[in-house]
Amino acid sequence: MIWNPNKECMSREEMRELQGRRLHKIVDYVYHNVPFYRHKLQEMDIEPDDIKTIDDIVRLPFTTKQDLRDNYPYGLQAAPQSEIVRVHASSGTTGNPTIVGYTRKDIGVWSECMSRCLNAYGITREDTFSVAYGYGLFTGGLGAHYGVENLGATVVPASTGNTEKHIRLIRDLGITGIACTPSYALHLAETMDKLGVKKEDIRLRVGAFGAEPWTEDMRREIESRLGLQGFNLYGLSEIMGPCVSYECKEKHGSHICEDHFFPEIIDPDTLEPLPVGSTGELVFTTLTKEGMPLLRYRTRDLCSLMEGECACGRTSVRMGRILGRSDDMLIIRGINVFPSQVESVILSTEEFEPQYQLVVDRVDNLDRLTVRVELRNEFMTELLPELAALERKLSEKLKSVLSIRAKVQLLPQGTLERSQGKSKRVVDNRKL
Amino acid sequence: MIQQLSVFIENKSGTLLQILELLKNAGIQLVATNIVDTMDYGICRIIATQPDLACTILQEAGMSANLNEVFALQLDNHPGSAASAIAAFAQEGVGIIYLYSFLLGGKGILIFRTDNPKRAEQIIEEEHLPVISQEELAEINH
Repeated sequence: MIWNPNKECMSREEMRELQGRRLHKIVDYVYHNVPFYRHKLQEMDIEPDDIKTIDDIVRLPFTTKQDLRDNYPYGLQAAPQSEIVRVHASSGTTGNPTIVGYTRKDIGVWSECMSRCLNAYGITREDTFSVAYGYGLFTGGLGAHYGVENLGATVVPASTGNTEKHIRLIRDLGITGIACTPSYALHLAETMDKLGVKKEDIRLRVGAFGAEPWTEDMRREIESRLGLQGFNLYGLSEIMGPCVSYECKEKHGSHICEDHFFPEIIDPDTLEPLPVGSTGELVFTTLTKEGMPLLRYRTRDLCSLMEGECACGRTSVRMGRILGRSDDMLIIRGINVFPSQVESVILSTEEFEPQYQLVVDRVDNLDRLTVRVELRNEFMTELLPELAALERKLSEKLKSVLSIRAKVQLLPQGTLERSQGKSKRVVDNRKL
Repeated sequence: MIQQLSVFIENKSGTLLQILELLKNAGIQLVATNIVDTMDYGICRIIATQPDLACTILQEAGMSANLNEVFALQLDNHPGSAASAIAAFAQEGVGIIYLYSFLLGGKGILIFRTDNPKRAEQIIEEEHLPVISQEELAEINH
């Protein structure tokens, strides 16, 4: 199902032409409405009329998370406050939070793009869809909610928390689709097990998972435990929220709503654009946003882009799986380690729960990685040698994937905190 | 063979107390406990009056607990009695994986697990070693 074939299946020439026109317009708009961008462009000796086609985008300055913090709260807002109908804020665990203001038109574009995602997953007006992202300052809850309403399906604003009640609603209302983080989906499966609710008792068919990186193994696990098809849903609050890209039934890359969000891949060190297919940092330019348009915003997410028509009929550029964040990547004894690598190893075992935590310490000037994992109850034994053998087996698997030795720490099932938002998977105790 | 309750616990203060409180509240009495620990976790092995109930209660509280069968021998409380009981296993090449002992009603009780339970059972029968049953343990304990 394709919600907006005009845009999602546009020919490449038409799309590039549309993007070029919109880019010129947005550069002109920020030049006249955002002093931060006007100064930057003037410093670089760029006039809005210099930007004629989408290829001119490489001349434009980058925007970083730090720029947003430095201009807290409204410094990068282009529209007057009277036009802003909503604000969201990203978590400000370090420094200022990021405030994003949306105009009525922005909310409309967001809902439209979110409807594209849902329709690609197979959601129609006939479905009852539960949004289990947090409602509030986080964009997940309301963003997905408006998309479901715009599409015309029935939305159940479950939010996070009260999982038992949620499971009851999933069963009793015959809920067919759900949007949540992949770790919450696993938490849901675990809670169902505890309550004795089987996947045959529920009618979930579609899962839209996003807001944290996940792996193919995690997809298989969620799909088999909840009996649904799991699709990637990507977005970030600085650019809009969930809706920026989505998987179709092919599950081969996520289609980007590139008539609104223009993607580039750059080398995070040299900032040079990389050719299609290379892995690097994902950068987005908002082509139509009124509230807080951003030029070449560095997402810190590492992935690659794919061109070419998809078997589903869409022509839009697709992004590969997020391999990690350029700032989440751990360098341990000089080796790059991504939490997603550890996750794929743990999910390939049957003895451990799909929950883990990485702890990095520095002992005697040497980095030490500890992987904390939960032993599934059915594999619990009172025999220490068997437990030690399990630790060793996992440690060896990790070594072969990470190229560094990791200490495995066994924990009883249910020990690690189940996140309902972004998981706290890494604890770095090194004072660097 | 008797039922031993084992609980996998995190090395964190208060965890053991939590187990003991749960059992206490259910009116379950402990006959013996034995904790083995590593740097990261511990295994608490428990002989209790109602092992099935105890296990269910701990599992329902979200703990990683299970039941397994262990041998229990009741020996006279004098020097050398443990040695003569164990000697039979050693002669037959049956290894003891772990063992703990305690005194109950003036008798020494040995609890252990072997690497060949089938053979161990035969030896106990052949040598007429004095096994003690779950019911007898609970009985003496009262």
